[in-house]
Amino acid sequence: MDTFFGLFNYWIVIFLMMTGFYIVIARGHLVKKVIGLNIFQASVILLYVSMGKVDGGTAPVLKEGFDIYSNPLPSVLMLTAIVVGVATTSVALALIVRIKEAYGTVEEDEILALDAEDA
Amino acid sequence: MKQHTILRVAAGKLLIPYILLFAFYVQFHGDFGPGGGFQAGVIYASGIVLYALIFGLKNAMRVVPPIFVETMIALGVLVYAGVGVACMLFGGNFLAYNALSPAHPIHGQHLGLLLIELGVGITVSHAMIAIFYALASRGRR
Amino acid sequence: MLFLGEHAHVLILALLVATAVLIVRMRSLWPAVMLTGIFSLLGATWMLWLDAPDVAFTEAAVGAGLSTVLMLGTLALVGGESVQPSRKRPITALVVVTLTGMVLVYGTLDMPHYGDPGAPIHVHPDPSYLETTPKEIDVPNIVTGVLGSYRGYDTFGETVVVFTAAVTVLMLLRRREDDEVVEVFDDEENEA
Repeated sequence: MDTFFGLFNYWIVIFLMMTGFYIVIARGHLVKKVIGLNIFQASVILLYVSMGKVDGGTAPVLKEGFDIYSNPLPSVLMLTAIVVGVATTSVALALIVRIKEAYGTVEEDEILALDAEDA
Repeated sequence: MKQHTILRVAAGKLLIPYILLFAFYVQFHGDFGPGGGFQAGVIYASGIVLYALIFGLKNAMRVVPPIFVETMIALGVLVYAGVGVACMLFGGNFLAYNALSPAHPIHGQHLGLLLIELGVGITVSHAMIAIFYALASRGRR
Repeated sequence: MLFLGEHAHVLILALLVATAVLIVRMRSLWPAVMLTGIFSLLGATWMLWLDAPDVAFTEAAVGAGLSTVLMLGTLALVGGESVQPSRKRPITALVVVTLTGMVLVYGTLDMPHYGDPGAPIHVHPDPSYLETTPKEIDVPNIVTGVLGSYRGYDTFGETVVVFTAAVTVLMLLRRREDDEVVEVFDDEENEA
């Protein structure tokens, strides 16, 4: 039971990750897949940031009167990950716009069918 | 001006200057509180995108021309790399800010942090604006 | 949040799960994009509760602001009508996802408990950044100190990645001819 209360945060974040993963593999519209990837990425970031929390701590900005601080290292690593995430999402969206102009559709099944016809 | 745009224009004129000012605040107070280059860049880009959504893309491109945006993306990376090379010229290793101010290493660290956060903020903000411009001007003819 | 005290995060987690499940079930894409913005904002709230204000307001500005606008712009260009249900059998996808989830949960059984001050992440490096930053860099915000000084190379790499992404999008979407810009977020009243 103690294990459950200590770890259920991670399990819920894993559920969110699997939701994003499910959207990527089970939906055909390309923009929906990008949304699924975004959810997956946000959950991974939540997992890492939640690993840095210390009970009774405060934000890692030094100030008189506070002794216990949460770990700054996961915040540092995830800070750049978020901005890089939006950069790669924007590249994915640009590719989707070009795919639409080239194939006329953004449904995965129809794109694969068009490719198979050409091959 | 039609009635339903007056509200948007009025709200924009009230909000956008404060958004941009807040972006500068976050940029330069990154040392003393939560903040820094990445956050400031994204907030600045949000302000300009809001301006483009309310007042039109053509007006936004007059305020922040695309050629300026593209130059600044590269300039930010150059500032960051330039700080590193300057550290090497002063005798230290690449990005060893202690060398920037030999008498007071801690002042050198402060100077180094300020300059690289500036470089990061410039690149991130203008990259986001450039991506928005590219996407928003691709409409059907 | 105050009346829930230490367990406020249970409410935020429940909302996150509800939003994620709703996004899966949503057929039309326009509400799905708005729900993704809400998901990011809820995640930012949880991060604030986890003592990470820097990450929280980056995630809020990026997820609930820029990312939503870019996706809405793409949907305007591409078309966001009702998503057809995929012709693949969803059972396969569900099985794969459940298996992966179970493997990951098995992996977390060895992890230290949430909030544990004695976890390995807080013990290494020794002396920790909380002690060396005031002596060597002397900035109150330790996250900026570590980001800019101790891990400056990583931040340089990330800046170059953002630069590369912007260049890639410009290469993909910029029109070669310098003809008239046609707006996506078109507004009749704003034409000059």
